Order: sequence, then structure tokens, then C-alpha cells
Amino acid sequence: MMAERRLSSREESLLEVQVEARLLRVKMVLLGSSGVGKSSLALRFSKDEFKASAPTIGCAYLTQVVCLHNARIRFEIWDTAGEEKYHSVTPLYYRGAHAALVVYDICKRESFARAQLWLKELEKQYFPGETVVGLVGNKADLSDGRKVSLQEGYRLAESKGLLFMETSAKSGQQISELLMTIAERVQKSTREDRGLVEWREVESVGLHQGERPHPLGTCCLVGP
Amino acid sequence: MEADVHNKSEALENDSLAPVDRLRRLRADSPTPGLVEGTEPGAGQDSAMFVHAQSFEDLTADGEQEEEVQEGGDGSERAPEVEKPRSEGEESEETQGQRGEQEREQAEEEEEEEVQSGGGRVKEEDVNSEAWRSHRKHVFVLSEAGKPIYSRYGTEEALSSTMGVMMALVSFVEAGKNIIRSIHAEGYKVVFLRKSPLVLVGVSRTRQSERELTRELLYIYYQIISLLTLTQLNHVFQIKQNYDLRRLLAGTEHLTDNLLRLLDRDPGLLLSAVTCLPLAGSLRDVISSSLQAAKAKSLVFSILLAGSRLVTLVRKKDQYLHHMDLHLLFNLVGSSSTFREGEGWTPVCLPKFNTAGFFHAHISYLEPASDLCLILVSTDLEDFFNLSDCKRRFLERLRRRSAYQALQEALQAPSYPVSQVGIPELRHFVYKSKSSGLYTSPEIPMPYQSEEEQERLMGLYKYLHSRMHHPTRPLRSIYRCAEKENLLALVTSGFELYLCFSPLGTKALAVSAINKLLKWIRKEEDRLFILSPQTY
Repeated sequence: MMAERRLSSREESLLEVQVEARLLRVKMVLLGSSGVGKSSLALRFSKDEFKASAPTIGCAYLTQVVCLHNARIRFEIWDTAGEEKYHSVTPLYYRGAHAALVVYDICKRESFARAQLWLKELEKQYFPGETVVGLVGNKADLSDGRKVSLQEGYRLAESKGLLFMETSAKSGQQISELLMTIAERVQKSTREDRGLVEWREVESVGLHQGERPHPLGTCCLVGP
Repeated sequence: MEADVHNKSEALENDSLAPVDRLRRLRADSPTPGLVEGTEPGAGQDSAMFVHAQSFEDLTADGEQEEEVQEGGDGSERAPEVEKPRSEGEESEETQGQRGEQEREQAEEEEEEEVQSGGGRVKEEDVNSEAWRSHRKHVFVLSEAGKPIYSRYGTEEALSSTMGVMMALVSFVEAGKNIIRSIHAEGYKVVFLRKSPLVLVGVSRTRQSERELTRELLYIYYQIISLLTLTQLNHVFQIKQNYDLRRLLAGTEHLTDNLLRLLDRDPGLLLSAVTCLPLAGSLRDVISSSLQAAKAKSLVFSILLAGSRLVTLVRKKDQYLHHMDLHLLFNLVGSSSTFREGEGWTPVCLPKFNTAGFFHAHISYLEPASDLCLILVSTDLEDFFNLSDCKRRFLERLRRRSAYQALQEALQAPSYPVSQVGIPELRHFVYKSKSSGLYTSPEIPMPYQSEEEQERLMGLYKYLHSRMHHPTRPLRSIYRCAEKENLLALVTSGFELYLCFSPLGTKALAVSAINKLLKWIRKEEDRLFILSPQTY
């Protein structure tokens, strides 16, 4: 997985596109308060494993390729830390993302409230339709201790036109469904406005080097 | 119980310490090899990799409150060789005239703990229980408003009134234009470190000196700075004096816990030094040059670790890393499993480099199951993909030069047993080359393999270390017969050496071992140390 990563030069991605039928690079970011299972979801997505993990430090980057119809979609997943001290850097990761998953823990009311804040934050950043935003209620395996009902999550997602799913990173429930749904939506959205989101850099936080292109920005260009 | 204290080191046969093969030219001219800094076994060829920290002193010297030292020779220090019983009410140092007050307050503190009941949450342990009290070393961090920030054992909530009392103590003494440094009572040492806007308190039943405890608190302080920067820390408390810092430190408690464990166990943190993975010199050179070639504009340090051992370190020209910062990076990597799953990208402040700003560290294991971890420290928040590519290039180069396989093999091989040195009755040793800031040590031998025994051995070394680096009466060598082993320590301008012998060893044997060991280290230095550090 590591070896196939390419630096984000447009040339290379064009080349790839010619060779393959279609390779879409999809930047996806996982957001939500700490302890809701973002890292576990990311690990499920990329390796289909589950391990109890310590809180994420900073941010972790993982990848996974899925095949959809005749296209290959490579998810470049940014698993952010939920802790407050990292919030100042999180915009870096959701900026320019094609997909954003806002995760909450169905057993923690408070994480649901935070998820709503995250959604508000994202609304400020994204134009509707350009980014696939999903609301994910995780830890569905612990539904005995449920504090947020399925309807609540569903209603919130519906009111904002978001994708919604309850998952369990632990049992693997609904994980691949979630990933495939996102893949489809992203592919669809890229097909519709075919000029394809050459995503424009919003002036970023206190950057001093002007002359270089921003790698985090450019890497997110999707196919032709 | 007997011990001899020497203020003069044994003469060394200089000629026998001449360096081996490829380094001979460079080193043989030195009149007293091994004794002069820069020529001791393990000294780097050119400049060192690290900020030059002689020892101990550098670390505490930057504490703003470099207090004038009390008169050095009080009774307790005069008979060091006698194993002191945990002397009741022994007070060796204290702020003038506060003694009575402190004791009274101390008593109050204890009462307070009694009154303060459970606190509801039974997350960890009951702070009123005997088990909680009997921990060997407690560490508390609080804000100047007396708000709890961290406690090693028990929840902070349950300890909020205890911490309130601690803050009251600090302010009370400060009101009298004094600084409270420590309280010694009933075998306990309570050590205070004031680092505005934080207050750190250590409560210890160990035999560590007050200075050592203060230094450990300083590590904890820097650990917090490394997560937040001092600028941010000051900022939040300026805005809101009674801010609950735990909000910002949430999710990092395990880093502090782990650092405290390292402080108990890792000789590197004691000696301000780092140990290397034993590796053939030529192989290490290949690895270093591969890492050096995989550079990027924003890179400042590239560090390859094998567990807690250094494989190599490449730095930007003119930029030096401090051991303390490196230890904090070790701790960051060692206490978090998350870097194994993907590539980590995190802001990190290296407080000895600059307390004001963040570096950005790309942290990843070369392979998910391997112990080899690459840390690329960059100045650019947005340089992730560039660094990720550096790593890829580094790996490619390693593979091409078939160094990767060799490195893996070296990693699997055990370090070295002390028997390799061939000194009878020698159980363990720690040797630090001062000029390179690197140390070497054999595998922990049989009798010390359990956790407690390992900590006990470290405790003995710590004791020797504190004696050698005593602020007013430093020693050059010390021989000490402890209960279960005989110990010898020696400090020269070039190195520090700590030896542990079985109880059957004699002093004469120990003294003669020094030379033999130095010769052996000289012979092996190519493998045990990084002799030619690289820069970009």
C-alpha cells in the first residue's frame, strides 16, 4: 500500500488515469469527538482489522483502494484526533476533502452534540453537493447502552441531506457498505459536475511559503 | 555496609586505550585517550549530534529559580556510605524559617486527604486507600489557581482539594518572599517545581535526591510543553486564570504516565544520553547516508529508531537536537500504538529547541510489524506528502543497497550480554561518552529482569549518579557495597561509567575492571556508537 503511493503531481495522476480505466483519488476525513472510534473505523476501512487503540496523536493517514464498476477509487483517509488541542490544525485535513465523515458514539449523547457542531463547521467550508458528508453513529454493537436513537441520527442526517449509517468498527458491521456508498456518491458527484472540482485553496492558516504549491491541496485533485 | 569514596580516579593505562583501526589516526595523538573529552571511547568523529549537555547541570540550570544552595555539609551528608534508614523527620534542605509551618501544613494535607472522600468516580483507584498512599512516587501537576491537571495515580477530581493545599503551601511560602523547594518528612520527600503557569509536585519514598526529583518534574513539564508550546500554555492562562488544562491535555495522559515509567527505568533519561542499536559501522553508514539523501527542504531532523534505541540521526547543518527533546519524541512514539497503522502527522514542540512553536513530525513504522520507526521532523505544516515521499525514497535506497535486510537481522539479534566483555563478577554496566551524548549498556542480566529488580538496579545507579553530581560535593569515583551487589561509579571529563558487580566481586577487581571495560568498549565502539553523524 505504501509503495503505490504517488506524489501528487498532476502528470502522474494523468498517467495513471490513462493506464487504468479510471483511478480516482478521494480524500476523506474522519471527524468527531475523542473516543468515538474514528481510528478504529479508519483501520477497518484500510485493513479490515480491529484493535483497541490509544487516543490518536495529531493525525493518521491511511489508504484503501476500492473497485467500483470500472473505476478504482483510492481512499486517502485522514483520521484526525478528536481532542480539542488539535482543533486548530483539523481544517487542514478537511479542507479540500471529497468526503467527510462525522462520527459519534451512539452510547454518548455528548458526542452526538459535538457531531452537530462539526456539521455546522463543515457547512461553512463546503458548497453543498461538492463534498460528500456522512453522519456515522459508531459502536452499534453496544446498542444496549444506546443513548442516541437511530431515528435521531437519521432525522439529523436527512434534514441536512447527508449520508447516514450506524456502524460498528468492532464487529465490522456496515463498514464496507459505508465505504461503497461513499465511493458511489463521490463518483457520482464527480461525474455530474465534470469540470471536476479543481479545488481552490482558501487562504490557509498562517502559511509563509508562497512560492510552493500546497501539497495537501494539490494532492486532492481527482482524475480527469 | 561499607563503602569507599574516592575523590581521585584510578590511574588508567593510557596506551591501552588507543582507538582501533580506522580511527587510530585521528585519536592516537591524544595524550590521555579516554580521559579527555572528545577522545573517550564512543566519542563522535566530528561534531556531536546533540546540543552539548555535559550532564545533569544543564537540565536544571535553566530553571529560573536557581536557588542559592544551602550550606553543603549537613550531618546527613557526612556519612554517605551508611545505608540510612528512612529517617523520621529528616530535613536536609528547606527554606529558611518555614520548617514549622511546613510541617503543620503537611499534617493538614494528610488530614485533608482523609476528609476528601472517594470523589464518586472510581475510574482508577481510591485515593484514600493504603494502596494509593504506598505508591513509591506520586506526581501532581496543577495550575497556579490550584486546579488539578494531572495525577499519576487516582483521578484528578478526587485530588482537587489535595492539590489546593499544595498550591496553598506554595503561595504561603511565596508570600514570605521565599520559594518552597521541598519538604522532608517521615521518609517522604515532597518536591515542588514552580514553572509558571504550572506547579509540579513530586511525592517520593525513594532514595532519590531532591535534585533528581526536580529534574524528573522538569521532564514532565517539558512533556506538557511539547504538546502545547509554552506560548499557548501562557495564553490560555492569561485569558482564563482558572482554565481547566485537562481539556487541552485530554488523550495524552498516557504520554505522561509512560514518561514517568521511562524515568524509573531508562538510564538514558538519567544520564542525558541516548543508546544506539548495536550495528556494524559500515551498515550504519549506509543507513545514515540513505537517510541523508532522502531530504526535503523543510526537514530539520530525520531520526530512525529501533524501539527505544537510536539507529541513526541526521540533522540539518547547524541545528542540534537536545537529548531531552529526543527523549520526548521517543516517549511520544513509544507510548502510542496509533503510528503503527498508518502514517502519523502531528504537531510537536521540542521545548529545548524552542518553546514557542511547533514542528510537524511525520511518524511511521517502516513496516507495520517492525520496530523500526522513522521520525521526520519538519517545519512545514503542509509538507506531509513531501515527507511521506522522503520515507519512500529512504526505504527504496535501503532496499537497493540491501541494507534493509541486514538492519532487520541486526534488530532481531539480541543486544550483547555482559559476558562478552569478559570481566568476572560483572553483572551490568552503563557507559556514557560525554562528547557524543551516547551511552551503551549490556542486556539486563538474569537477577534484574523483573520489573521491580530493574527499577531497583536503576535506583542504585540513580543514587550513585546523585552522589557523583552532588551540587556542592561532587565525586569522581565511588565504590559501594550494597545489600545484593557491589557498585562502582567513575566520572572523568570524557565519560561516565557505572558498574554493577555480584557481591563476590572485590574492590580490587572492580578497579581493574575499568580498564578492561574501556578497552573493550574502544574495540567495539564502531558497533555501539554513532561515530560519524550526518547532516543534510
